[in-house]
Amino acid sequence: MYKYDSYDQQMVDARVEEFRDQARRRLEGKLTEDQFKPLRLMNGLYLQLHAYMLRVAIPYGTLNSAQMTALGDIADKYDRGYGHFTTRQNLQYNWIKLEDAADILADLAKVEMHAIQTSGNCIRNISSDHFAGAAHDELVDPRPYAELLRQWSSFHPEFTYLPRKFKIAVIAAEKDRAAMRLHDIGIQIVEKDGKIGAAFYVGGGMGRTPMIAPMIRDFVPLDQLITYAEACLRVYNRYGRRDNKYKARIKILVHELGKDEYTRQVEEEYAHMQQQGVEPPREELERIKPFFADPAFEVGAKSVDRSDPDFALWVDRNTHRHKHDSYVSAVISLKPVGGIPGDATGEQIRIMARLAQQYSFDELRIMHTQNVVLPHVKIEDLHALWTALDAADLGAPNMDSIEDMIACPGLDYCALANARSIPLAQRISEKFDASGKTEKLGELKLKISGCINACGHHHAGHIGILGVDRKGVENYQLSLGGSEAEDTSLAKITGPGFTEDGVIEAVEKVTDVYLDVREDGERFLDTYRRIGMAPFKEALYD
Amino acid sequence: MTDLGTSPDEVQFRFRDDEPADHGTVTADACCDQTNATAVRIEPGDDARTLLPFLDRLALIEVNFPSFGDGRGYSSARILREAGYTGELRAVGDLGIDQLSHMRRCGFDAFAPDKPLDAEDAERAFSTWDNVYQRTTDGRRTIPELRHE
Repeated sequence: MYKYDSYDQQMVDARVEEFRDQARRRLEGKLTEDQFKPLRLMNGLYLQLHAYMLRVAIPYGTLNSAQMTALGDIADKYDRGYGHFTTRQNLQYNWIKLEDAADILADLAKVEMHAIQTSGNCIRNISSDHFAGAAHDELVDPRPYAELLRQWSSFHPEFTYLPRKFKIAVIAAEKDRAAMRLHDIGIQIVEKDGKIGAAFYVGGGMGRTPMIAPMIRDFVPLDQLITYAEACLRVYNRYGRRDNKYKARIKILVHELGKDEYTRQVEEEYAHMQQQGVEPPREELERIKPFFADPAFEVGAKSVDRSDPDFALWVDRNTHRHKHDSYVSAVISLKPVGGIPGDATGEQIRIMARLAQQYSFDELRIMHTQNVVLPHVKIEDLHALWTALDAADLGAPNMDSIEDMIACPGLDYCALANARSIPLAQRISEKFDASGKTEKLGELKLKISGCINACGHHHAGHIGILGVDRKGVENYQLSLGGSEAEDTSLAKITGPGFTEDGVIEAVEKVTDVYLDVREDGERFLDTYRRIGMAPFKEALYD
Repeated sequence: MTDLGTSPDEVQFRFRDDEPADHGTVTADACCDQTNATAVRIEPGDDARTLLPFLDRLALIEVNFPSFGDGRGYSSARILREAGYTGELRAVGDLGIDQLSHMRRCGFDAFAPDKPLDAEDAERAFSTWDNVYQRTTDGRRTIPELRHE
């Protein structure tokens, strides 16, 4: 994986010093809270309901065991012993003291980590496919391009005060594991006429106005990747709405201008930018690529001993096909039954780090579904790995099942939330686990947001739940038919909302409809697409 | 002409050796009509490209930041420099210490903040970045370029 050189390290160190200085000026009264707020946000520091929250960047979701260990240590030293993995492959600490923030950043900098641009109206951490470099179905490893974009977007002088936040995802497989088309810019590395280039999708997003990004260019040559991104951003910076923060994302600009007019403006700017020499030298990409070269894979067993049914279930559920047939990628579920989705203790984080060192060439990935991946595990090591995970309460065999839900922090932590998400997630996973239905349902992506900002991706859930406030009472809207994958779609609301108990019952009912009418091999989503909303509505409201 | 813009007295930081232009700044719209204007002030919503035919006669372009969180002026500045403008490019308005280094990178060479800034803090801010990742028109060699020299 990528290693900082002295330049990268210098940039991160400079940022720590800059933040220390900002905190000092805030304390000396030279900065008002209004002036300080966007600065602390650009260093990942939010003020939440009960405490400060610090969001640490994990570029394209890739990290090594030393970095993971540091994250566990910080959880114990500065937080209440937990880290929370997020839907943008980052990690949040929910109980941080402002006076510790600069020291935490300094601890992170020691392991080539930071909290830069994990919040604020700037280009956020670049996300990617969590199986990048390991998956059997990818064209190339997307991470060198993501790293090139990371450097370009770090401290970009023109794009630090955008109309609103800006999220970029990069993938390189037809199968979309990064919700690419629900990002401000989604980039798919593609091949055309024997050459590698990038397809650009611009103007997707969730939030209160969900939109699926249209493709605005099917092929940008790789030696113009940054130039084209810069053109997309400049048009947005100049013409994105700033009169209303709820209409300020690029999706609104693309929607209001229309895809064709936005594209025309980008192409015009691109033609101009090509004269400006903003593209890094071609050798830079070639310098970055070897950092992501394959580790030294060895030939070994191609199958496991399935005599232990619990182990066999975990292998079936939680491993993903690797490009080398003696390896798999193993998913460590952070969704134990009744647990808080995405949470891990400091000790669990260190255990995962150790296991990565032992079994996965020192590498880990964070998934946007709030789980952790060991990308390169030898098939013959799987039983030992599973045994260790199970002992640490990290062995839940539930990837992509209804128990593997995404949930935002909700009203338990978040200052924006209208309703709680976590208790709902906990109760649903307990209920489906107890009834044994999880297994029968197969792939079913449930996503829960505690407010309209949609951090829990409810628009993209096969089943989505949105918590709202109705006259001071938490109320939950149910929606069906969303997908964040390559068949991207937005979920539709079933009808009137439910109480907390009511929505759990409603989830039960819609899954019963599915089990009753599904045809061979259909997932919940497939059945919904075939039969439409009516049968589900009937079960819910008649 | 009105006193639309800032006077040289209000410029707190300047990275040029020539004589500062006096105010007498006109709006971007007026600049297009008034063939003798040598100083212009643009607002966040103005298209900096409307000035491109007149760059030869302009000695001062002020870019107003009514609010520091509105980043359109950064694009305006770069567009002007990319088009070859060499006169004074003055950032005015709600400028803080923490915007200075990026503004400088985008081509601003004079700064007239609404409220004077602490000179020591500003000096530190201008030298925040020993090196930079992105190519702009400030002439600095970027980190990717330095890596492959």
